[in-house]
Amino acid sequence: MGYSKPEFKERHGNFINGKFVDPVGGEYFDNTSPVDNSLIAKYPRSQKEDVDNAVAAANAAKDAWGNTSAAERAGLLNKVADIIEANLEEFALVETCDNGKPIRETINADVPLAIDHWRYFAAVIRAEEGSATELDANTLSIIIREPIGVVAQIIPWNFPLLMLSWKLPPALAAGNCVVLKPAEQTPSSATLLLEKIADLFPPGVINVIHGFGPEAGKPLASHTGVDKVAFTGETTTGQLIMQYASKNLNPVTMELGGKSPNIFFNSVMEKDDAFLDKAIEGAVLFAFNQGEVCTCPSRILVQEDIYDAFMDKVIERTEAIIQDNPYDVNTMLGAQASNDQYEKILSYIKIGKEEGVKVLTGGEACKLDGDLANGYYIQPTILEGHNKMRVFQEEIFGPVVCVTKFKDEAEALEIANDTLYGLGAGVWTRDAHQLYQIPRAIKAGRVWVNCYHAYPAHAPFGGYKKSGFGRENHLMMMNHYRQTKNMLISYDKNKLGFF
Amino acid sequence: MKCERIAITEKAADVVKRLKVRHGNLIFHQSGGCCDGSAPMIFEEGDMYLDDSDILLGHLEGANYYMNQDQFEYWKHTHLTVDITEGRGSSFSLEIPLGLRFIIHSRLLTDEESTELNK
Repeated sequence: MGYSKPEFKERHGNFINGKFVDPVGGEYFDNTSPVDNSLIAKYPRSQKEDVDNAVAAANAAKDAWGNTSAAERAGLLNKVADIIEANLEEFALVETCDNGKPIRETINADVPLAIDHWRYFAAVIRAEEGSATELDANTLSIIIREPIGVVAQIIPWNFPLLMLSWKLPPALAAGNCVVLKPAEQTPSSATLLLEKIADLFPPGVINVIHGFGPEAGKPLASHTGVDKVAFTGETTTGQLIMQYASKNLNPVTMELGGKSPNIFFNSVMEKDDAFLDKAIEGAVLFAFNQGEVCTCPSRILVQEDIYDAFMDKVIERTEAIIQDNPYDVNTMLGAQASNDQYEKILSYIKIGKEEGVKVLTGGEACKLDGDLANGYYIQPTILEGHNKMRVFQEEIFGPVVCVTKFKDEAEALEIANDTLYGLGAGVWTRDAHQLYQIPRAIKAGRVWVNCYHAYPAHAPFGGYKKSGFGRENHLMMMNHYRQTKNMLISYDKNKLGFF
Repeated sequence: MKCERIAITEKAADVVKRLKVRHGNLIFHQSGGCCDGSAPMIFEEGDMYLDDSDILLGHLEGANYYMNQDQFEYWKHTHLTVDITEGRGSSFSLEIPLGLRFIIHSRLLTDEESTELNK
């Protein structure tokens, strides 16, 4: 046992115009920890008036902030990174408490990755340049990027601090002011961050409002004072946000999840070596973050001639997963983020069984002792079936993987692409031709080749098909938060001659 | 007997009735994708743009239940029961401020149901 639940203030505010403020309506909601269902703290149940105030603060700050130098903005982003790094353990503990994920993941993945995203975008704006093109001897086209203005960002609960750090840095680096709404399940790490950086940015540059989707999220997404909306979540809310944005003719970026295939060709078992060991781990990564990842490798496809031998090893490795108290440094699998997720996952396992899957391991809730009996734990589960089953087509968002076999490359691709989504995919092989040709034929924005679940800054991430559009974690994202100003300059002293 | 694709539990029906008093006519839409996806969401009628690509599965307490046709292809052999559970979803679904969340229980259609509904 390494850690225990951190302490919180009884009540928190929204962060608007550089200060923590009470919600206008004076209402709060209880935020609980999925580790043991205990109370964490009260957070504002914001309404339209709070959103109006945040959007007004952002609009008042945008001209001055948009005219700061790249050096100044980069300096501030680096300071945020330094502050998170100096408090890494505190952020990791808060994240584990709020989301239920194991402390070894928050310490080694969530928080370090978040820090690096702030530093990456600080670096990007010091290195990038506009362009000047001589269109003819007397005509120069200059391209300058300008901030879009005020950005609304709505983020999910599966990686609260990391999703904030995918969204905020590129928008701020591009010179925008932001109104960010964290998910109502996980408001804590955003609040902790704003407490630590409250005085860093000019008032109004960063605003954070808490509350429920229909009461605070919808007024934010549809606000006429917002110039762009960025959203990570699911398809129905994605459609609604696009509708609201269409009324304002605002651009949007969306990341809406997937049902990612993880494909294992027979060459992975040609040798019993470190690479095979890595491939087995690659299959078991479905349990990473309790499966609450948009790119969860939730469909394992295995070539038929190695199927039994390979799956024996995957099952053995899955059954070695330690599921226990998330604050324990040895725990590998923690709690699902909320009761409704827990119920949903169990309901999927049930329909899978009705549809005729074979449960290779797991398949039930996990009952832990003491206070943890009130938490939301589910056994890592492997279901064997075929790709037309609902459990193969819908994102379960739990530690549940569906496995099926294929005979050749054509069938592997057919199954891999038979999904509404196209966010992530994994390809595992020792064959040099497959290493290139299979990823090219998969319709997904990110294909991990002989690896999985790596999310470094500097590698663009985003979806095909119903998984959305836009590319995060990369300088490409900057242009989703900017306008292109073209100055077309004539150095010709002579008139056109038309009039 | 006429077969139905969807049903609703009494507890969930009570929540729909409560929401109707406050919001007027309602519709359900089945979401897909990550986070709070794969769950039913309830909105004021007219809030969500619907067209021929949205399949009407039935009516629950006067609220039409829709699902995108692509998703329906994989769901059409199952019967759905809308239930309600304690929880904290994060979407624009109207029951969320109540500390409740609609969820779906599914079972396979019987041969008789399947013959009638998927002919």
